[in-house]
Formats: sequence, C-alpha cells, structure tokens
Amino acid sequence: MALYSEKVMDHFRNPRNVGVIPDADGVGEAGNAKCGDIMKIYLKISDGTITDVKFETFGCGSAIASSSMATEMIKGKRIEDALALTNKAVTEALGGLPAHKLHCSVLAEEAVKAALLDYYRKNGIACDEALLAPHACAFGEGETR
Amino acid sequence: MYVYADNAATTKMRPSALAAYCETAKRFYGNPSSLHGEGQRAKALLTDYRGKISEILGCKAGEIYFTSGGSEADNQAVYSAARYGKAKGKTKIVSTAIEHHAVLHALKRLEGEGFSVVLLPVGERGIVSSEDVARELTPDVCLVSVMLANNEIGTLQPVREIGALCRKRGVLFHTDAVQAVGHIPVDVNEICVDYLSLSAHKFGGPKGVGALYARAGAPLFPLIEGGAQERGKRAGTEDLPAVAAMTAALCEAAENMPQANEKTLALRERLIDGLLKIPHCALNGDREKRLAGNINICFEGVEGEALLLHLDDMGVCASSGSACTSGSLDPSHVLLAIGRKHEVAHGSLRLTLNEDNTEEEIDYLIKAVKEAVERVRGMSCFWRDLQEGRKKFTFET
Repeated sequence: MALYSEKVMDHFRNPRNVGVIPDADGVGEAGNAKCGDIMKIYLKISDGTITDVKFETFGCGSAIASSSMATEMIKGKRIEDALALTNKAVTEALGGLPAHKLHCSVLAEEAVKAALLDYYRKNGIACDEALLAPHACAFGEGETR
Repeated sequence: MYVYADNAATTKMRPSALAAYCETAKRFYGNPSSLHGEGQRAKALLTDYRGKISEILGCKAGEIYFTSGGSEADNQAVYSAARYGKAKGKTKIVSTAIEHHAVLHALKRLEGEGFSVVLLPVGERGIVSSEDVARELTPDVCLVSVMLANNEIGTLQPVREIGALCRKRGVLFHTDAVQAVGHIPVDVNEICVDYLSLSAHKFGGPKGVGALYARAGAPLFPLIEGGAQERGKRAGTEDLPAVAAMTAALCEAAENMPQANEKTLALRERLIDGLLKIPHCALNGDREKRLAGNINICFEGVEGEALLLHLDDMGVCASSGSACTSGSLDPSHVLLAIGRKHEVAHGSLRLTLNEDNTEEEIDYLIKAVKEAVERVRGMSCFWRDLQEGRKKFTFET
C-alpha cells in the first residue's frame, strides 16, 4: 500500500507541462512558501482557447501531481471550461488523494483561476472577480504560529 | 542501490535480537505470573533480563520497568512526577522546545490541568543551556524533563549538568534517552536522573517494547491498571520474547559501541561534507555535539516530501521535517526552535546512519540527494524566485 495512487506517482515522476511561458497571457500563483506549497501557472490564450499552459510548483508530491493534472485538463480547452475546473475533478482524475492532501487540488484550482483572472485584467475584460479569487491559505504570511 | 538511512525512525532488528525473540517465544511461553514451572521459568528469565539491562544503565534491577516503548515510558515519568508535585503544591515543569511529542503532548495536557510549563529555547545549535535551566528552578518546580539526544537533529543535551543542578535542588529530573541508549554510553548515576526512557527498536531491538528507569524512591504511578506486573506499576502480561530481544540488542550495542560509533562517525562526516557541497543548504544543529549517525540538512527552494519521494524511487529511505511529512500545516517544531524559517524548514532532510552503512552507500546517498534536490528545484517556482532575486536566500552559498 503506497501513500499515493499510481496516477499521482506517474504525474509526480513525469510531470506534464513543467516550465514557464515568458510571454504568457495570464500568470497565476496560489499558496505560499510558509505553508510549503506554491503553484504558478502560465497561460497562453488565443481566441478564448488555452493554447498552451505551463506550471512550476514548490510543494509535495500531491501538489506537483495536482498541478500537472490541472494543466493537462485545461490545455486546449475554452476559458469557460477551464473556469469550471474544480479541485474535485482534479482529485478524481488523479485517482484520489489522501484526505490531508486534498488542499493540494484546491491550490491547483486556485492557481488556474488566478491565471485566468490575470488574463482578464490584462485585457480589460470585465468578470466577477469574487468567483475567481483564490481562497486564503489556512494561515497567511503575516500570521505567526 | 538500496540504502536504509532512517535509523532514527527505527532500526532493522539485530540477528541476535531476532534469534532471542524466536527462541523465547518458542520455548518460554509461560506467563511469569503463573505459579507452575512454565511460568516460573519465564519469570526467572524476566528477572535475568532486567538485571542485564540495569547493569548496562548502572542502576538496580528493581529500578527498571518494562513498557510498550519510549512514548509510554515518557508519559509515565512525566505524569508521575506531575501528580506527585501537584500533591505538594508544586505545579511548574521545565522542559525544552525540542522534546519528542511523547513529552510535549503530555506537558500540553498537564498545562490544561493547571500546570505551568516552561519550554526553554535551544538556540541555533539546538542545545539547551544548563544556565537557562538553573534560572527556572524556582521552588514550585516539580519536574525537569530534558532529552539526552534529539530525534531529529541528533544534538546532545547537557543532561549531566542539568541532572547535577536538579539533584542539588531536590527537583525530579527525567530524560528521554530513546535516541541515546545503545548509541552513546548512558549511566543513570553519572547524569543524576530520576527517570529515563528507552525504546528497543532504536538500537536493533523489536518495536513495541521499551523501559522506564525510575530511581528507587522516585514517585511512580501506573498508567495501566489491572495487575501486579512490574511491581504494580505497569499492568499487563509481560512480553518476554520482546524483552529478551531488547536485552540481546542492548547487550550487543553496548559491547560494540566504541567501534560502531567510530565507523558511523566517519560515514557521517563523509556524508555531511558531500551534501554541504550542494548550493544553498545548511546543516541543522551543532556539528560536533550530535549523535554519530545523525545528519539533518535544509535545502532552500525544496519541499521535503517531494525530495523523499524521489529518493524512495532511487532506493533511499530517509525522512524530513516538512509539514507534509509531519501531517500538519507546520514544519518540524525542532527546526523552528533552532530558528529555521518555515519555508526553509519545509526543505529538511534527515539521514540517520548506523555502523551497517558503507562508504559506497554514502557516496550513493550524496549522488542521489544531489540529483533529487536538482529535480525538485528544477520545477520549483520558489527556487526560481530565489535565483532571480525576487526572494532572498537564507543560506548565501
């Protein structure tokens, strides 16, 4: 019995779409270093379609696998479809995550939304930012514990 | 290549311990509390093992209580001293910020019951100062609990000085010696302890067995009721095969200690030198005053669990103090106590060696860790931020 599913380990060992897009149309980040998880997603968008996506992640195995899976799930999709991506869908696509790792899939969803928000802002497109805003980490940079 | 470098988590059983276990389980199945010959044979063996263990620790046989392991021994010592103290109106406990959770969580509970707990700092080196302990020894102190060697960074605490201080002031002193017994010489009289906890599986014995040394006259209350075993201080039929195996392991560890330590120390130094060549990392805890087998390093821009998974793929068994491996949001309390920032503490790697490791394994470990760190950093946005100057390095080189 391993900690993670084969699917998670596959995405961890062979992450898809790793890297940066220097002239990205949207860049989003979720998480913070203090929590031990940061995900950064770069999008290239053309005519409402995500033509390319890359990610960089500082985090554990499930964080890396979640970001890899999320990029795979939105690549080539319409913006509306990417917006509909949920952490649940990412988790399911990965064949499940241990309960204490579910927040990694939440971060993946948040990073995708943050990148789309960035794209909207850069292009002056009106949108409901509240729907796109990432949730705060369980404790923020400023807090001490 | 397969390298087991997680001996602080647990050790492989020594063949002598395994043989003792099997032999005892097979031949001496009697209950030591039984009146018949089979039971009495088991009882005689238990006495014999108790004697051997007490000899190694420099105490009397009647001062050794077998337990289910280190955590139980820690709990029993702490709760016993606290209960005794409370009856005398003394409700202050002095300990350190880097104790094992078996002590810290017990102290937390006592705090909830009205005790005041002082957790002393340990500084960057990970060593508490005996002067700090002395300063806290007010008349209301009922217990001082300071570990002998830390389980994460291996640092050795000045228990001899602290023990002398406590003895002079008449304060009960407990040491969690789980990582120390079987690895460094431990004599209960030299360190003036009233209680000492040990665990068999840290020195080549089986899991699920340990012992508490409680000095004759030191207050001791049972955690488990239901029988007169262990002089009424620990109910439950004694696990004779486990005690036999623990005794065999401890005797062998004590006998081979100087040679084992010399070899392990040389391996440790080779490993530390090799790993510190990786850019932007630092050793956690004092380099000299630490267990011969302990290496604990923080790598910047790295998350520990990812590092462990890559190492596991390369056949290396190691551990980390990152939040993801601790199962909480915070990284190791020990690394935070020595002043590591959260983001740095998440990138810790603990490798714990013993005399069975080889130079070839050490060289492989250096290569594997370097490769795993590079892989993790290669896809880390945090590492990119550090490299491109958007965030500042903690370790300059």
